Amino acid sequence: MSEKLTMGAVAYASKVVTIWEGFKGYFAANGLDFDYVLYSNYERQVEAQFAGEVQLAWNSPLAWLRAERMAAARGVSDQVKAIAMRDADQDLTSVILVRADSGIRSVADLAGKRIGVGAIDSPQATLIPLQWLREQGVDTASLQIVRNEVLAGKHGDHIGGERDAARALAAGEVDAACIIDGNHLLFTKEGTLPPGRVEVLARTAPYDHCNFTTSPGAPAALIDRFVTLLLGMSYDDPQVRPLLDLEGLRAWRPGRVSGYPLLDRAVTASGFYDAAGAVKADGYRY
Amino acid sequence: MAIATETLDLGDLGFDRGAHLLIRRALARLAPGQRLRVHGSHRELALHLAGWCRGRGVALEEAEGALLLGPCAALARTEQSGTPARPAESAPATWGMAARGADVELGAPAYHFPLATKAEVWAEEAGRLYAQAVAGQWDPDSAIDWNAPFELPDEVEDAVVQVMTYLVENENAALLVPARFLGQLHPHFREVMQCLAITVADEARHVEVFSRRIALRGRKPGLSSVGGQASLKTLFDTADFSVSSLLLAVLGEGSFVNLLNFLNLYAPDPVTRQICRLAARDEARHVAFGMSHLAWHMAEDPSLRHRLETAVEARYDALADTDGLNEEVFDALILLAAGAFDPAAIATGYQRVQDLVREMSDGRRARLMKLGFSLPEAQAMAERHTRNFM
Repeated sequence: MSEKLTMGAVAYASKVVTIWEGFKGYFAANGLDFDYVLYSNYERQVEAQFAGEVQLAWNSPLAWLRAERMAAARGVSDQVKAIAMRDADQDLTSVILVRADSGIRSVADLAGKRIGVGAIDSPQATLIPLQWLREQGVDTASLQIVRNEVLAGKHGDHIGGERDAARALAAGEVDAACIIDGNHLLFTKEGTLPPGRVEVLARTAPYDHCNFTTSPGAPAALIDRFVTLLLGMSYDDPQVRPLLDLEGLRAWRPGRVSGYPLLDRAVTASGFYDAAGAVKADGYRY
Repeated sequence: MAIATETLDLGDLGFDRGAHLLIRRALARLAPGQRLRVHGSHRELALHLAGWCRGRGVALEEAEGALLLGPCAALARTEQSGTPARPAESAPATWGMAARGADVELGAPAYHFPLATKAEVWAEEAGRLYAQAVAGQWDPDSAIDWNAPFELPDEVEDAVVQVMTYLVENENAALLVPARFLGQLHPHFREVMQCLAITVADEARHVEVFSRRIALRGRKPGLSSVGGQASLKTLFDTADFSVSSLLLAVLGEGSFVNLLNFLNLYAPDPVTRQICRLAARDEARHVAFGMSHLAWHMAEDPSLRHRLETAVEARYDALADTDGLNEEVFDALILLAAGAFDPAAIATGYQRVQDLVREMSDGRRARLMKLGFSLPEAQAMAERHTRNFM
């Protein structure tokens, strides 16, 4: 049996190669024979986990939920685990923005309005905010959903869809827009959101983002070693720091699944995946 | 036990108008284990604080309307890049562009600066010479009276133009040689970098004024000879900073100070005389920098002395089959020093150029002896300098 640990990652941007080459070098220097395989989309990556191509994957929250559903359907839930995540993956929120002069004062006022969201598969800019609105009593069927399809299959890892939604809001093309919390300040600073003209109508409950997900049958000893090395990475280590900066974190945390129920309900309500993890979303091309 | 907290009241200040500055300041002042309670009335304060904290590894707790920050993740480690007053013996590649004495974060990218040790680049006089150069900058438009009246016979104007043509090509080399080393020098050695930079600026000005003098009476430049260019190419191709300092500054520009003084004395028109007087002053500083650098480096590395001797010998051999100074320039100098075309005046002019050549050689020998070469060594090196002067 091979002693190499092979991980899947999605190539959502060119920096992904730099990141995982860096991690490969870090793991090699610490005695872990590690390699990675890049996929063009998360659906193919999760399927590869169950086809035995990779023993581990760096998954979006939506990819995690699909893996979890596929594992349950195959009776291998005990083997498919979220083993680690970034500090920056925990307790995110999304916001729903409206123009200050729109007259929209509560989520109930959104009924019948045009709402700009991200790509069809974006947890933070589409699935979670729409689910949160459902849970606030908004009939989402009454909304005119305007999707900003940027890099479908990459589960919203691209900021472009959210920026397009914010631009459309500022331009009056939609009545509301959904983005992740951290992008609000970014879009304000860069001028995409004109100061004083756009307001935060609502903020969702907190949720978690990416995690490392083990594949069925992943070798326990190698996975343990992987997690130990990962959690041992320190931001004040000059060799490690550029990798953490590229991946956007200060520290790795042990994985937790307590931050995914809101997205899980969104997946069910929208019919994105079925209970066994099959892709059912209408019009989803990747 | 309750965790000790400090309180920061932001009023209506938000992250869209600089709230991060006060928060960062307050976090830096926390005692270990303390947390920061932030109050503020900006509508988006909690939203923006969440993103800001997440990106910096600062824990944030929102509880009962209060925003509690801390503890903070580890910060990047730093090291001090020498002291502001004195450079380090060696400047690591990762200090890069940092100001000398700055706290440089570890893990910075490595720059490729081939000249990165004090021994091979330093000059004790660099700081003083740079200050002197800054104070001595002059504006060609106002420092030179371009409209000063003069009339020259065509042949004399031609001679001036030929000498100016020669000066431009030599100053092109004197600009580009330090410019190339400037790009190789670690900026940690700030005073040396500044000296090289202002030398480049000086030479740019010289190229300008010599070119303007060529065009002053509507002429185009004269002859550029193979021998002159061959001599300059050996300078341009010199890869060693100290060897270049010897060949260009101590021997070449030192000789040019004599030449420019000669022209200040014998040039037939006031514009040329002004130009040469001002340029000679700049060149004298370049010589002083070369002398100061070589005195330092030779003291640090006794083997340099032999390398310098060898370099002079090698350049002499390389140029053995070339003409050296082109005949047109040599004859132009004689004519300028003669002031007229009668035989007695030409004889005087010829003698004055011979005196100049001897003066140049004496000057080179004296500077070499000042650097510690013996009389016979200095004599041999001074005589083997290029006949092109630079």
